[in-house]
Amino acid sequence: MCSLQTADAGIYIHIPFCKRKCLYCDFYSVTDLDKRFSFVRSAQTEINMIDFPMPTVDTIYLGGGTPSLLAPEDVSALLDSVRRKFSVSNDPEITIEVNPGTVNLDKLKGCRTAGVNRVNIGIQSFQDPYLKLLGRIHDAREAIACFDLAREAGFENIGIDLIYGIPGQTVRMWKADLKTAIMLSPEHISGYLLTYEAGVPLSLALEKGNIIALSEKKTVGFFEMIRRVLTDAGYIQYEISNYAKSLPSRSRHNLKYWTFAPYIGIGPSAHSFINNCRFWNVRSVDDYMTLIESGKPPRAGSERPDFRQQATEAVFLSLRCAQGICINDFEKRFSVKFQQLFGRTIALFEAEGYMIQTDGFCRLTCKGMRYLDSIADRLVYDIYKENQVDSAAASNPT
Amino acid sequence: MINIRNFSIIAHIDHGKSTLSDRLIQATRIIADRDFKDQILDSMDIERERGITIKSQTICLPYTAQNGKLYYLNLIDTPGHVDFSYEVSRALASCEGALLLIDASQGVQAQTIANLYQAVDHNLEIIPIINKIDLPSADVDMVRKQISEDLGLDPSTAILCSAKDGTGIDNVLEAIVNQLPPPKGDSEAPLKALIFDSHYDSYRGTIVYIRVFEGKIQAGDEVVFVSNQSRHLVEEVGIFQINRIPRPFLTSGSVGYIIASIKTVSETKCGDTVTLKNRPCKVPLSGFKELKPVVFSSIYPVASDDYPELAIALEKLKLNDASLVYQKDSSVALGFGFRCGFLGLLHLEIVQERLEREYDLSLILTAPSVEYHVIMKDGSLIKIDNPALYPDPMNIGTAKEPFIRASIITPDKYMGAIMSLCLERRGINTDYQYFSSNRMEMIFEIPLAEVIYDFYDKLKSVTQGYGSFDYELTDYRETELVKVDILVNGERVDALSQLVHKDRAVERAKYACEKLKDEIPRQMFKIAIQGAIGAKIISRQTISPFRKDVTAKCYGGDITRKRKLLEKQKKGKKRMKMVGNVMIPQSAFLAVLKSKD
Repeated sequence: MCSLQTADAGIYIHIPFCKRKCLYCDFYSVTDLDKRFSFVRSAQTEINMIDFPMPTVDTIYLGGGTPSLLAPEDVSALLDSVRRKFSVSNDPEITIEVNPGTVNLDKLKGCRTAGVNRVNIGIQSFQDPYLKLLGRIHDAREAIACFDLAREAGFENIGIDLIYGIPGQTVRMWKADLKTAIMLSPEHISGYLLTYEAGVPLSLALEKGNIIALSEKKTVGFFEMIRRVLTDAGYIQYEISNYAKSLPSRSRHNLKYWTFAPYIGIGPSAHSFINNCRFWNVRSVDDYMTLIESGKPPRAGSERPDFRQQATEAVFLSLRCAQGICINDFEKRFSVKFQQLFGRTIALFEAEGYMIQTDGFCRLTCKGMRYLDSIADRLVYDIYKENQVDSAAASNPT
Repeated sequence: MINIRNFSIIAHIDHGKSTLSDRLIQATRIIADRDFKDQILDSMDIERERGITIKSQTICLPYTAQNGKLYYLNLIDTPGHVDFSYEVSRALASCEGALLLIDASQGVQAQTIANLYQAVDHNLEIIPIINKIDLPSADVDMVRKQISEDLGLDPSTAILCSAKDGTGIDNVLEAIVNQLPPPKGDSEAPLKALIFDSHYDSYRGTIVYIRVFEGKIQAGDEVVFVSNQSRHLVEEVGIFQINRIPRPFLTSGSVGYIIASIKTVSETKCGDTVTLKNRPCKVPLSGFKELKPVVFSSIYPVASDDYPELAIALEKLKLNDASLVYQKDSSVALGFGFRCGFLGLLHLEIVQERLEREYDLSLILTAPSVEYHVIMKDGSLIKIDNPALYPDPMNIGTAKEPFIRASIITPDKYMGAIMSLCLERRGINTDYQYFSSNRMEMIFEIPLAEVIYDFYDKLKSVTQGYGSFDYELTDYRETELVKVDILVNGERVDALSQLVHKDRAVERAKYACEKLKDEIPRQMFKIAIQGAIGAKIISRQTISPFRKDVTAKCYGGDITRKRKLLEKQKKGKKRMKMVGNVMIPQSAFLAVLKSKD
């Protein structure tokens, strides 16, 4: 098979609770932990409310917020609901996001017993001052302890998240973080550039001048460093921000987002994509629970991308992945000649060293990854320019 | 005929011409107050916004004077810009008198004088009117003095009024009746009528605006337009009272319209004489001129698929604008478009604005050019107004460019500033004369190419608005012409090429490169912008590649948002043109056209 695409579906369950909001985070969460119990019941109800045919489910992902604030019994109850409602494959990938400072060995073991086979730990940094600046509740010692506990609980598939580009961060510190990460030897590492989302406290601090953002030159250096250091350590960069120790340890669930595989989001603010329809839930946990109680789907909006919008998504999502755009798939799906549509633009990007085309794939080089947004932007122009991608000819993406 | 008065209102901009027209219309009650809107004669949005009149309008006001008799007062509103000076002269030729409107606080201004001279040239009887006397800053005595000293008119005849609050309007109407002469002419003589404007009505064809000087015209008459000998059967004649009011006939002295199934306005030429086929007048009216475009530019739609819409829009616009000429054109950079000829830069701007506004098109215009005469080495003459058609310089013998005789009327304290402005524009000062102790006229011979850009604006600025300017084409003179090309990353952007005098080349090329540098967004690679004459590079700018944009995360909740962002950016790109691999926004093309400062 040419692409990473799979017809199996993923289930994402958004657990919107945090002990404290991190200063940079724009995911939806609340700090009123007492609502956890009624929330779990609502989420179960939402799962049961799904009334359209679903393919086999092969990934479940508990994200947040802080899913590790749930008791193992809650995790078990949610997974049971999924299993009862859908046909789940024999070897599903079931991930829970874990934040250091919210788990102990028993809890991790309990999750494992419930069926969770992958944990993703939000470590972010191994430097206490940066953790403090980000507003995390843990320190570096707890982060490492958490990782060790996960191993001790029997998890063989562990991912960790790191953030770079933190104000004040130096090349040396970043390198040290990466060394520590490699030493722990997780199966998966995500390295995210700190972004200043609108309205979060960190952005306000930036506007006020209380913190100073790192220069572009520096952040580009950090991006190149993580790629080099992790690749040297044997990790495979399979997406702009994601590295896996081996192909099987790639995040099967997250790959669905970039390959047009179906996924259903449960919980407030969760997004779904199935049969070329995107829909999303209300953001507020209270509204969410009220709607569920009154028997209504907690929908906030939906859309059915037209052909050009689909092509736009195909470009910017595929280019995130190391393997790039599968030219054959693209041509079939959109009834266009890839070279005719993008040839001239891509030739230019190739000449600049931003892109390469080999074996039927068109992908970004390391240099090109730095410019993904701008490159996608330029290709999207081609999509719309000559009316070559015809909205009328839409076909089923799956 | 004895009870007809034909008149115009002439005024400096903002001295209240439209308001006075409004009041006269209201005073004669031909329109119900509830249907009234301000500046009723300026029916186009552009006219109202810019405070200028583009199309002539005319209206017949029935007025019962204090002597108890009924009069028909024909107000002929005239365009107010040098680009349309010929139309103005034809409108004035249709009148016996003019109201010269002066703002009571601003006094006599440059345009007041220029307009007065034009009216005097047509032997019009002038009634000075001092307007805006309600303003606290009004200084009637000062204006009276100026009327006497600067204009040489009898200040005791000046009427005081405030068009805004209606004061003095009755006096204005009485003065029109009593001071302006009735039209003369023999209604039994062969028909002799002047066409002073026309507009297109989609149901009736061209509505021809005429002033009958001699004879009589009625439905059923077969008429001849003298300039092109075209014949038309008159279906209807009538007068304007906001709407058209049919009449059994129009006779000498009348102002009105004729409808004769005329399909295009181009057959109807401003200044032409209308006469009867079977009983033609011996001599047509004097002063007819075939209007020729003097400024040329190509118009392209920003989105190539808007070309058919542009074609339709131009066709429709042309119906009402006989002076607009165009033909198909194409550009490597911009695709299909039209090469258009205009009466001047304002005319160009108006056409552009109307196309964009009334037809919702976004357009790119190429640098305006005059028509050059190129004499090839083999002796043949080629007329060129489009840089794209400029022949290989190797084969060119000499080139000639059009010259104008420019008349500038100004207070003499600006003489120095005007002199340097005109000399800078390759002008030659051939004459000057004083009108009064401090007001003068300066005559220059200037290449037309030097005034089409921003000359008028510059003149206004160096004379603080007091200088007025008029011109006529005189002759073609030898010039040293070069073609300046603009290259973007080595690719020539044909739409940005310009024909210029060689002394202007470097300056123009530099300006274009600077503007493009400002307007073209940074892209994925370095962009070189060069100005060149042939293979010789004469200016250069570089746009460095854009900033790095390392991208962090993108999961389920980010996809729709990210896509929408790309779509939003793409909307902006609809207004971009690709030249080679470089995206050039519409604004860049327009910026190159704009004058300096």
